Amino acid sequence: MNLEGTQVRLHDMSLRDGMHAKQHQISLQEMIDVATGLDAAGMPLIEISHGDGLGGRSVNYGFPAHSDEEYLRAVVPKMQQAKISALLLPGIGTVDHLRMAKECGVTTIRVATHCTEADVSQQHIGLAAEMEMDTVGFLMMAHMVPAEKILEQARLMESYGANCLYCTDSAGYMLPDEVTEKIGLLRSELKPDTEVGFHGHHNLGMGIANSLAAIEAGASRIDGSVAGLGAGAGNTPLEVLVAVLHRMKAHTGIDLYSVMDVAEDIVVPMMDQPIRLDRDALTLGYAGVYSSFLLFAQRAEKKYGVSARDILVELGKRGTVGGQEDMIEDLALTMSKTG
Amino acid sequence: MNKLKAAIIGPGNIGTDLLMKAMRSDWVEPVWMVGIEESEGIKRAREFGMKTTSEGVDGLVPHVLNDDVRIAFDATSAYVHAENSCKLNELGVVMIDLTPAAIGPFCIPPVNLKQHAETLEMNVNMVTCGGQATIPIVAAVSRVQEVAYGEIVATVSSKSVGPGTRVNIDEFTRTTAAGVEQVGGAKEGKAIIVINPAEPPLIMRDTVHCLTTDAPDEAAISDSIHAMIGEVQRYVPGYRLVNGPVFEDKRVTVYLEVEGLGDFLPTYAGNLDIMTAAALRTAELFAEESASGNLQLPQRG
Repeated sequence: MNLEGTQVRLHDMSLRDGMHAKQHQISLQEMIDVATGLDAAGMPLIEISHGDGLGGRSVNYGFPAHSDEEYLRAVVPKMQQAKISALLLPGIGTVDHLRMAKECGVTTIRVATHCTEADVSQQHIGLAAEMEMDTVGFLMMAHMVPAEKILEQARLMESYGANCLYCTDSAGYMLPDEVTEKIGLLRSELKPDTEVGFHGHHNLGMGIANSLAAIEAGASRIDGSVAGLGAGAGNTPLEVLVAVLHRMKAHTGIDLYSVMDVAEDIVVPMMDQPIRLDRDALTLGYAGVYSSFLLFAQRAEKKYGVSARDILVELGKRGTVGGQEDMIEDLALTMSKTG
Repeated sequence: MNKLKAAIIGPGNIGTDLLMKAMRSDWVEPVWMVGIEESEGIKRAREFGMKTTSEGVDGLVPHVLNDDVRIAFDATSAYVHAENSCKLNELGVVMIDLTPAAIGPFCIPPVNLKQHAETLEMNVNMVTCGGQATIPIVAAVSRVQEVAYGEIVATVSSKSVGPGTRVNIDEFTRTTAAGVEQVGGAKEGKAIIVINPAEPPLIMRDTVHCLTTDAPDEAAISDSIHAMIGEVQRYVPGYRLVNGPVFEDKRVTVYLEVEGLGDFLPTYAGNLDIMTAAALRTAELFAEESASGNLQLPQRG
C-alpha cells in the first residue's frame, strides 16, 4: 500500500467516544489537559460532547459530570490551533443544542444517524450548513447494509448540506475489504469537493488496518483516539496510527512523540479500566453490536447474573441500533427469567 | 343511542386507521373524510360509506350543521391545523388534534381526559405516539410521590415513521418532553426517540425512567403502574408491561411494548395505533359525558 504524500486529517475522539469508557465522568481539568496536549501536538480536530452527543445527558445513557456547555466553554478558549467538533444524534439532541455548541465556538458539527435513517438529519444538517459550520454527516453501524445503501443515505445528507460524509464502523465489525468497498464507492460517487471520512472501533483489532484501507480508498478524515480511549475496545489508537502514517510518509501534521506522551502521561492514567480487547469487547466486534453497549452489558451481568456475552450476542441477533441502551437491562431481565 | 357524528381530516394512514376504529365505536359515528385531493385514502373512505370532499376543510364547512358534525379529528400536519381548528371550532365542532401543532392542551386519556371533557375544551392535542405510550406511566408514579425527573425512550420501527415526523424529529422530542412534565407531572422531562430498521419490523417499545425526589414507595408505585396499564389497555389491548418496575435507589424503570390492533396499520406500528386509539377514546368520552348530561355541547339552532 502506498500512501506516500497523502494528506490525512485526524480527528480525536478521546473526549467524546472516550466519555463512554469513562461513564461520562471526565472532569473539566482532564478535558483541558488532554485537549491542550493534543492541540500542542498538532491535532487538527478534537471532539467534545457527551458520549451520545449533545443532549445525551440522561438516565438511559448516563448523567455526565458536567454539561456539554460547561465542557465546551472550558476547552474551546484554550485552543491555539485545534478546532473543536461536537456530535449530535437527532432523536436525542435538537437544533437548540446545535445553536448552543456554535455559540460556544464549535466549528465542526457531526450529525449522526443510523445508516438507514439519514432523513431524520435534514433540519440539523441544514441549520449547521446555513450557519456555515463544517458540517459532517455520520452514518453509524455502517456494517449493517450494503455499500449502495450507504451511498444512497450519504447522498441525502449531502443534499441537506453536509460537506463531509462518514462511514462509521460503530460496532468495530468491518474488515478492510469492506472499508475499501464502502469508502471507495462514496469517494467515487459523492461530489468531488465532499470529503469522506472513516470512524473505526478496535473490537476486532482492525482499527489501524481499516483506517489505512479507508485512506487508500479516498478518505481524507480519520477518527481515532489517543490511547484508544473510546467505547468497546476503544477507537483506532491515534498515536499508533500517527506512527504508522509517518512510516508510510503520509502527512498528518502531528508530532508523534507529543501525541505518544499525551496518550501515556495523561490519558492512560485517566482510564477506569484498561481499554483492551477483552472477551466482551471482542463479542461486540464479532456480533456487530454498538460499542457503547459494552459497560451496560457488563453492569447487567453483575446485577442479573446473565453473561454479558450472551446479552450482546442476543442484541446483535435482534438488530439493535445505536441508542438502544435501554434494551440491555430489559433483555437481561427477560433472560434471567427464562434462564 | 345517539352517537356523536365525526369528521376525519386527512385520509392517510392515520386517518384511515382511525376511521376503521371509529366505525366500530358505540359512541362515535364517522360520517365525513376530508382530503385535499382525490387520493387512495379518499376512495377507501368512500368505499366505507363516508361522505368525502377533496376540497379540504372548506369542503366540509357547508355540511357541518346539516350533518350535525360534532367532533373532528385532524390527522394532517401542524402547518394547517390552526386554520382547520379555527374554522371548525367556530361552528361548535370539538377538535381532536393528532398533529404536533398543540394549540390546545395535551390530552392523555387515562390521565386528564375527564378534566378536558368537564371544561369542554374545544381543541385537545394528542401529544405524540411516544407520549401516549409513556406519559400514563410517569403520571402513575407522580400520583404516588414527587417525580424530580421523567425520561422516556421510544423505539419504533423505521417503517412506521412517516416523512412528517422525520423532517421535524425535534418536534417529537420537545413535545413529548413537555407532555412528560405537564401531564406526566415530572418536574423535568426528557424524551428520546430511536428508529430501528430491523426486518421484520419491531413492535413499538418504550422505556420510562422516573427519578423520584425521595426514596420510592415500591409497593404503592407498583400498584399504581399496574392500575394505569389496565386503564390504557381498555383502548389499546396490545399495551403490555414487559419488565419492571425496576427499583434502583431513586430510579423507577418500566419497560413496555405496544402492539397495534392491525386495523389499517400493521400490528408492529403500535406507535400509530396508540395515537388513533387515544384520539377515538377522547371523542368517545366527550360523547359519553354529553349523553349523560355531564357536558353540554355547543348549542345549535
